Amino acid sequence: MAVDPLIELRDVNKHYGKLHVLQDIDLTVGRGEVVVVIGPSGSGKSTLCRAINRLEPVESGTITLDGQPLPEEGKALARLRAEVGMVFQSFNLFAHKTVLANVSLGQIKVRKRGREEADKRSRELLERVGLLAHAEKYPAQLSGGQQQRVAIARALAMDPKVMLFDEPTSALDPEMINEVLEVMQQLARDGMTMVVVTHEMGFARSAANRVVFMADGRIVEDRPPEEFFTAPESDRAKDFLSKILKH
Amino acid sequence: MNVLTDNFSLYGKGLLGTVELTVYASLLALVVGFLMASFRVAPVGSLRVFGTVWVTVLRNTPLTLLFFAVLLGLPRFGVVLPFQLFAVLALGCYTSAFICEAVRSGINTVPTGQGEAARSLGMTFGQTLGAIVLPQAFRSVIPPVGSTLIALAKNSAIAGSFSVTELLGTYKTLNELGYSIIWTFIWIAVGYLIVTLTISAVFNVLEKRWGVPR
Repeated sequence: MAVDPLIELRDVNKHYGKLHVLQDIDLTVGRGEVVVVIGPSGSGKSTLCRAINRLEPVESGTITLDGQPLPEEGKALARLRAEVGMVFQSFNLFAHKTVLANVSLGQIKVRKRGREEADKRSRELLERVGLLAHAEKYPAQLSGGQQQRVAIARALAMDPKVMLFDEPTSALDPEMINEVLEVMQQLARDGMTMVVVTHEMGFARSAANRVVFMADGRIVEDRPPEEFFTAPESDRAKDFLSKILKH
Repeated sequence: MNVLTDNFSLYGKGLLGTVELTVYASLLALVVGFLMASFRVAPVGSLRVFGTVWVTVLRNTPLTLLFFAVLLGLPRFGVVLPFQLFAVLALGCYTSAFICEAVRSGINTVPTGQGEAARSLGMTFGQTLGAIVLPQAFRSVIPPVGSTLIALAKNSAIAGSFSVTELLGTYKTLNELGYSIIWTFIWIAVGYLIVTLTISAVFNVLEKRWGVPR
């Protein structure tokens, strides 16, 4: 497959104490590709996602973003992080700022846009995720699904090259999951490069170009979703799928 | 009873001295305390070490000893300043160690996800701390910082022993003049109450305005 690689991980290793949480990880994500990472809990998929923007430093191996190796701490790392949008399981909206200020803050502080320009862009994005009416509220006044959509708008406001989603729907009530998934589906259709850690198999089937299955810190399978879900190769994946697809 | 009315200007000078020491030393303690708290959570190792040493040394030194060190020690190295300024330095630096720890405990109450979200947007350490973490930490540190500054106001009495004009020191003069020691001290206590209750009131207002999480 002739892809234009945007994210490349080579021989990445990391331990938490004795737990070898990432073992010799090799992964390439092409521009415009949607890669869904699934696997049992504790398999290292969140750590993998967080390693890509160095929220989790790795011990060995290289991670490159758009051809640039990930820098150590400091200004260079901050600049690179601005190119990588991140959406967290627990939303992490800034609790002391309004919805609008949440979306504008990064644009003002990092992209150095003026407040008016930033707010204009923020309103466009809030409109896109269907929350413009809530712009002046504080995060605690919104439902979980609404907060997560604001968090997506906040990440998009930086005009990132890639979006990372770390279990974006795991903390949501079932009825709110779809409103978030719809926003993500739309992003995928618009051609955004995405790495999505999730348990939503429906989303993996419909939006992903590739499914990466992780277990015990290793990438066990890396295949198109139809192949993976209909004919998993490894026993580990068969076991996992039989447990979650039973119902 | 007439010890106050007879010596109003002496009391007034003493009270003013205490207020000045308290205000200047508080400002110094707050600035240095916030700075040291930032150092202690910084990603740069040498800054963290500096902050830790600063807190450990100052918090564990008796204040009187610190006054001796500053007032008698610094002149030996050619640093000669008015005694009042020395007193502000000693009090402010001493209290900054306690402010630092109060602020740091406030920083620890802010969920780590807040800082992670800020960093993932590409904000630098300074921006993350200044725009996201400290404003949220500030709310929970208002009460302990208030207590620390009240302690500072009372600690300023030590400066009186180093010939700085302040409230407690007035008792020496009044005692020599033969006034009742009890009433002398009652009025001195009232003076301290004015200062400390004012600090309490200011921090109550701050807490009402900023302390309530939304």
